[in-house]
Amino acid sequence: MSTRKSSSGKVIPIVPSEDAAIAADPEMVSLYEAHKKIYPRSVSGLFQNWRWVMVWITQLVFYGLPWLDWGQRQAVLFDLGARRFYIFNLVLYPQDFIYLTGILVISALSLFLFTAVAGRLWCGYACPQTVYTEIFLWIEKKFEGDRSARMRRDAGKLTADKFVRKGGKHLAWLAVAFWTGFTFVGYFTPIKQLGGELIALHMSSWEVFWTIFYGFATYGNAGFMREQVCKHMCPYARFQSAMFDRDTLIVTYDQNRGEPRGARSRKADPAQLNLGACTDCTLCVQVCPTGIDIRNGLQYECIGCGACADVCDTVMDKMGYARGLVKYSTQNGVEKNWDTPQIVRHVVRPRVLLYSGILLAIVLAMAISLVLRTPFKVDVVRDRGSLARIVAGGKIENVYRLQIMNATESAQKYRVDVSGLDGVQLASENEFTVDATQSRWIAVRVQLPYEGAVPGSHPIRFDISAPEHGQHVLEKSVFLVPR
Amino acid sequence: MSDFTNGFWSFYVTAVTLVGIVACLLLLWFSGKAKAMTAHDNTTGHVWDGDLREMNNPLPRWWVWLFVITVVFALVYLALYPGLGTYAGTLKWTSLGQHAAEMKKGEEEVAPLYARYAAMAPEDIAKDPQAMAIGERLFMNNCSQCHGSDARGSKGFPNLADNDWLHGGAPDKIIETLTNGRMGNMPALGAALGTSDDVKNVAQYVLSLSGSPHDSLRAALGKSKFGVCAACHGNDGKGNQAIGAPNLTDDIWLHGYGEAAIISMINNGKVNQMPAQADKFSAPQIKVLASYVWGLSHKPGAVAGN
Repeated sequence: MSTRKSSSGKVIPIVPSEDAAIAADPEMVSLYEAHKKIYPRSVSGLFQNWRWVMVWITQLVFYGLPWLDWGQRQAVLFDLGARRFYIFNLVLYPQDFIYLTGILVISALSLFLFTAVAGRLWCGYACPQTVYTEIFLWIEKKFEGDRSARMRRDAGKLTADKFVRKGGKHLAWLAVAFWTGFTFVGYFTPIKQLGGELIALHMSSWEVFWTIFYGFATYGNAGFMREQVCKHMCPYARFQSAMFDRDTLIVTYDQNRGEPRGARSRKADPAQLNLGACTDCTLCVQVCPTGIDIRNGLQYECIGCGACADVCDTVMDKMGYARGLVKYSTQNGVEKNWDTPQIVRHVVRPRVLLYSGILLAIVLAMAISLVLRTPFKVDVVRDRGSLARIVAGGKIENVYRLQIMNATESAQKYRVDVSGLDGVQLASENEFTVDATQSRWIAVRVQLPYEGAVPGSHPIRFDISAPEHGQHVLEKSVFLVPR
Repeated sequence: MSDFTNGFWSFYVTAVTLVGIVACLLLLWFSGKAKAMTAHDNTTGHVWDGDLREMNNPLPRWWVWLFVITVVFALVYLALYPGLGTYAGTLKWTSLGQHAAEMKKGEEEVAPLYARYAAMAPEDIAKDPQAMAIGERLFMNNCSQCHGSDARGSKGFPNLADNDWLHGGAPDKIIETLTNGRMGNMPALGAALGTSDDVKNVAQYVLSLSGSPHDSLRAALGKSKFGVCAACHGNDGKGNQAIGAPNLTDDIWLHGYGEAAIISMINNGKVNQMPAQADKFSAPQIKVLASYVWGLSHKPGAVAGN
């Protein structure tokens, strides 16, 4: 027996497993695992239908959005070169980064909430990795047939038929992958312009690079890496257990009902044969896109797609047994034989309420902030060249540079006023026009009568208003009076 | 050039780097050969605290290739770029060289922009919005530190937006100022003028020239001594642009207003310098910048000065 000293000095014994299997029959394995290709069998059923609905929704949004126009421009466009981010009627500046943070926080909390309530909904239904894998599997099936045909062909010799089918599949994959890369770049370069460049073979080298980069990533991840990404690269699979509890809905196998498993004739009475409902047909393993056996319980590889539940229901129907041997349920639900209302009642629990509360608060805060957002920003920078100067008429003058950022899509007039110190007034022009979505630096001079304030630094305020929409921004600065 | 004071360190760094890379490869090799004992249920058989069992989740074999790629990358990088002690790498890359190359590229890119203005008169360049945008950026990055971002200067740094010039305000004069710089020199003349009372009288006379509040009795006495100043500032006190002597009859007080400031200037003199910019800018840049500066006091419709 080996021991390890913990930091407190207490000895934690490492006890050999009571399960004697390992002692009796140990196996020496490599530290690395050879990749076993998974051939998921195609399946149909309730959850599969939902998966396809989600594939259509997510992909219609992804492929379609860049083609929508808003006025004279693309509705959703992230112009990295000009650093302007257009989302329908919004024009965001890099200074609006907080909204991106907000969206990321909302996404993370939504993920926590969905996971706590119903497990890996994201993985099974919305994650690009699984969605593109689903699309690529569908293409693969069209060219190479279903699981058994694919396995046979892979094991067989290279024939003309195999070559044509495989080649066709890869060409179709590459077409989808390239279109995905092209669409992705279309969020950053106006996609219609990009399309024109593509037809004329005149894309810039960076556009070509990123199209190929994302295309290749799609091709590689959805065509080859597939479940390897979920198992070995995705952090979510590894920390999801922190959000799970015994009342979380998961795809689960009803062990009490299924065991002992065994093959039997459809006519046989399982009770007589001392068998559970599981016919050990292994279809649930064959359809699994990550190649696990759901009957071993909850595993970190499970992406919650429900394919096993769908296929098991078809078997149960054929056998004339009740559906739901593999189903969406909770660990408590399966163990305590809860019915659906009982399971639903347990959705409301502190963890879920907490996630929902925080999520709601942040969504509200973000919505209010977006509604109350002024469509321009101002940055006041005291001139770095001169602290203060005395000008004709014995006045003290300070110079400020104002950066006015117009976040609307029309040229705007802005008025600058200054206040906060008795006698302080603007000496330069106070109305400026800033072009649509442009920012402009302007120099303004602020004057104070001689001896209007004691020497030192005095806080002042710039009030910048846009008369056209009646909104204004207050910015603080200081006025320096020299000794 | 070596950054090391002793040749030993070059070998030391090289050895540590290469031994480290080889050690990584060896570790990969051994971990590929090693075997771990597991049960058939994918556990290692180790149990903590009664029920905490250690699982065996092996890394996929293709992952090893990622490690191999990093090693290959490191070796290729070290061959191409400096990294192994004083070895310069086959590309002979240096940060200085990259900077020079990027500057050269930048200059080549902007050259066609400036070519447009080569044939234009500065007065016309000042009317070109693009040229003025360029000029403003050049001014903000290189001139505003002293002359202020509104070009109105501050004590000791001339206002460029009024139409008062020390060395001439014609575009070619501004180009000359930018290219070669200027040296303004007011000698200390207190002793030449006589007593401190004389200096005070002259100061009052200078105040009177611009119609500022002054003691007329002292000013009248000071006028007789002004001959010393007139050599540069002229008998009428209107200055001399050819030598950079300021006009004393206007209400512009570059080096301070009031009797005390004038007395100090007479007694102590001052050397004021505008540094030459020829090394910093190309001639076409200076032309655009000079046009911008000229344009500040020649805005169409605007009243120059304040």
